[in-house]
Amino acid sequence: MSSQQSNRVATIVINIMVAFVVLILIFLLGDILITGLPHVTLHLLTSPSQSFAAGGGIRDQLFNSFYLLVLTLLISFPLSLGAAIYLAEYAANNWLTSLIRTSIEVLSSLPSVVVGLFGYLLFVIQFKFGFSILSGAIALTFFNLPLLIRSIEGSLHAVPRSQHEAGISLGLSNWKTIKGIILPAALPGILTGIILSAGRVFGEAAALIYTAGESAPIVSYTNWNPLDSNSFLNPMRPAETLAVHIWKLNTEGVTPDAVSISAGASAVLVIVLLIFNLSARAIGNHLYQKGSGHK
Amino acid sequence: MDLKSPSKATNEDRRGRIITYSCIGIIIVLVVSILYFIASRGLATFIQNHVNVFRFLTGTQWNPSLLDSHGQPEVGALPMITTSFLVTILAAIVATPFAFAVAIYMVEIAPKRGTKLLQPVMELLVGIPSVVYGFIGLTVIVPIVRHIFGGTGVGILAGTLVLFVMILPTVTSLSVDALTAVPMYLRSASLALGATRWQTIRKVILRAAMPRLLTAIIFGMARAFGEALAVQMVIGNAALMPTSLVSPTSTLTSQLTTEVGNTVMGTIQNNALWSLALILLLMSLVFNLLVHFIGKRGEIK
Amino acid sequence: MKNKGIVSTIVTLGLVGLLLAGCSSASSSKTKSSSSSASSATKTTKVTAVGSTALQPLVEQAATNYQKTNKNANITVQGGGSGTGLSQVQQGAVQIGNSDIFAAQQSGIKAKNLTDHQVAVVGMAPVVNKDVGVTNVSMSQLRDIFTGKITNWKTLGGKNQKISVINRAQGSGTRATFEAAVLEGKKAVTSQEQDSNGTVQKLVASTPGAISYLAFSYINPKVQALDIDHVKPTDANVTTNKWKIWSYEHMYTKGQATGTTKQFLDYMLSSKVQKSLVKNLGYISIHNMKVTKNAQNVVATK
Repeated sequence: MSSQQSNRVATIVINIMVAFVVLILIFLLGDILITGLPHVTLHLLTSPSQSFAAGGGIRDQLFNSFYLLVLTLLISFPLSLGAAIYLAEYAANNWLTSLIRTSIEVLSSLPSVVVGLFGYLLFVIQFKFGFSILSGAIALTFFNLPLLIRSIEGSLHAVPRSQHEAGISLGLSNWKTIKGIILPAALPGILTGIILSAGRVFGEAAALIYTAGESAPIVSYTNWNPLDSNSFLNPMRPAETLAVHIWKLNTEGVTPDAVSISAGASAVLVIVLLIFNLSARAIGNHLYQKGSGHK
Repeated sequence: MDLKSPSKATNEDRRGRIITYSCIGIIIVLVVSILYFIASRGLATFIQNHVNVFRFLTGTQWNPSLLDSHGQPEVGALPMITTSFLVTILAAIVATPFAFAVAIYMVEIAPKRGTKLLQPVMELLVGIPSVVYGFIGLTVIVPIVRHIFGGTGVGILAGTLVLFVMILPTVTSLSVDALTAVPMYLRSASLALGATRWQTIRKVILRAAMPRLLTAIIFGMARAFGEALAVQMVIGNAALMPTSLVSPTSTLTSQLTTEVGNTVMGTIQNNALWSLALILLLMSLVFNLLVHFIGKRGEIK
Repeated sequence: MKNKGIVSTIVTLGLVGLLLAGCSSASSSKTKSSSSSASSATKTTKVTAVGSTALQPLVEQAATNYQKTNKNANITVQGGGSGTGLSQVQQGAVQIGNSDIFAAQQSGIKAKNLTDHQVAVVGMAPVVNKDVGVTNVSMSQLRDIFTGKITNWKTLGGKNQKISVINRAQGSGTRATFEAAVLEGKKAVTSQEQDSNGTVQKLVASTPGAISYLAFSYINPKVQALDIDHVKPTDANVTTNKWKIWSYEHMYTKGQATGTTKQFLDYMLSSKVQKSLVKNLGYISIHNMKVTKNAQNVVATK
């Protein structure tokens, strides 16, 4: 076979494989959306869930998912940003650094139920945080860290070395160069990393069952005092997220409409992810254009 | 001008160092605490309950509440270890060619369509809860497997197929990163020498990206290894050695998830489950070290 | 780049604030609950119930109803499994441990330190795939199926089809109840295990030749419930122990229940809950039982 022929064959094979993957994607998303969308009604989105009667909604679960995501990012983003800068700019290339890297990577392969139980014993019981959004957010930080650190470090490395050198030669301190030049240039990449990890937070269930809990107490959406136990902003209240709710409906659900609520909730989850994904991408592009001076 | 005291820039630098060092410090504390926690729980089976490590790793009977003929609890983890390895490796074997194909398509063949359409959808898949994958596996894949191969349909094959879809986005997006990181001049040089696109991809780009591509696979395997809820729904959760790809069996994670809520902290039943978690941890450690090793050797000098 | 500095300061402050808030509110809730147990305080008291996933919907709904009339009570209900519930209440980490089995039956639990509150009765029945062609078995046949002696439905007059046993998770309350009533101490054949009623229901409905067992409330038209020795799995048969496979739902407290915890447990046993909620959820009211069962599975008439 000549090189031209093999080139053609390879291209065809790759196209077929891509088509196959696309088919799987279409089937998966189609399945979730087609079975779920008919059940997505205003009622579903705005009413509280029911323990066993029909007609429950997912209002609180939806909000909890968002709130948990925000809290998790609030904890894990600064940490992983610092750690990534350390690994990308300061860390010496020796055994200690590779030990640190390996241990961070090990975190990502821990089964979520183990992290959940660890969080349960340490934060819920030992530190007396109780079943709370805070406990859940800390548990999720464990999954988030490796993903975030890896993607942030990657984006930092992707910034050309010359930009770094230019900053230093202008008399800026190393730190200022990182903060003022490298970070803005790496921002679009960092954002993509955050989206990917945010998706994981949204979909996680096993780790949250033991930490954020699986009940959604009635909260007041007009109480803006985060220290009040009735407030929707209180990080110390138990909070069932959308993914945990779907898990509960599928395993022990006794409501007569468990199947349709779970289908609807899955569709909502996918739509939320989609919106989230697209808007973050748009923001990323906007920042990139601003940062690089293109219009 | 005072030349002895540190300059403003030096102070800034010091502050920056302190911030990043403390971040990495906190993370190390987190990692060490969870590792210590799992290790201390997991080793209790061998230290407190005096289970023979060798028998734990090679036994095939899992019945922590019962005693075997040696008067020791029946905690043979071999079926779970075997199955975990099998599903992980099989899922990686199935997913890798597809992930690489998609990555090559997205980076080398049709970058525009790839990044505009495929990538967002791929990222979407990461966020779908594993229970939804498990449910689709249970209602779609298991019946198909049952129809073709007979039996109950649950088992390693069903688990592999579910994990294949679950790790596809992870492996793909990391492979895309790996391919994009290959410098443009390598492509230009290869094409300028008269190589076809496929030759360039196969001999230059894949070769140059190999260490990072391997990392992508390992990350996918790590995800497959640690996945619990989805696998639990399709693997069958029978602590039996797998006799075929369609016989019910159990992975380390599914066994752990299924039983842990019913045990009491400090008892042999509970400790034995933590020992499974410890194995999980050690195996992923081995995987990681392997990648570092391969990555180092595979680098283009 | 001043902005960046400000942003990072705010983030750090926010983090510290959150942690402080967490610690302080946690410690204050602790002091609250301890003070309330001494005297009936007017402040909000926190009661946490953890454990059995089967019991969770009932307690959760009862807690919601209870809090409507008792504004000062803040009751949190979580799952996690019977083992988790019992070990946490034993440690004093939570006020109530929900369990499907007697504390004495759970290894690692000192039952004498815990007080049992039986709030409902749950009946369980063997279920099979609709196509196996069997609707009644004898107790010894059922035992032979689950110990692996009978492996084909033909033996029981059904289709020529392999029996595929789906058991429940080791150590789970449902399995303990079933094995105590059916297996007479014999060891079950190692087979598929599922830990939730929902998954078992789906698997039995779709797997040819499948057999498992479910709580009454999860039996739906997609699966076939079996009669045992021509006794039908009904609530009425459970109350007289004619149907043998049933168990209590327990809510354990460490020592005697006090304060809000006691009031809530009393509410669980009130006819308001027992007559409506318990029934609606497919449980059997504890007040309807004509027999009692102890931790050793000895049944006595009331």
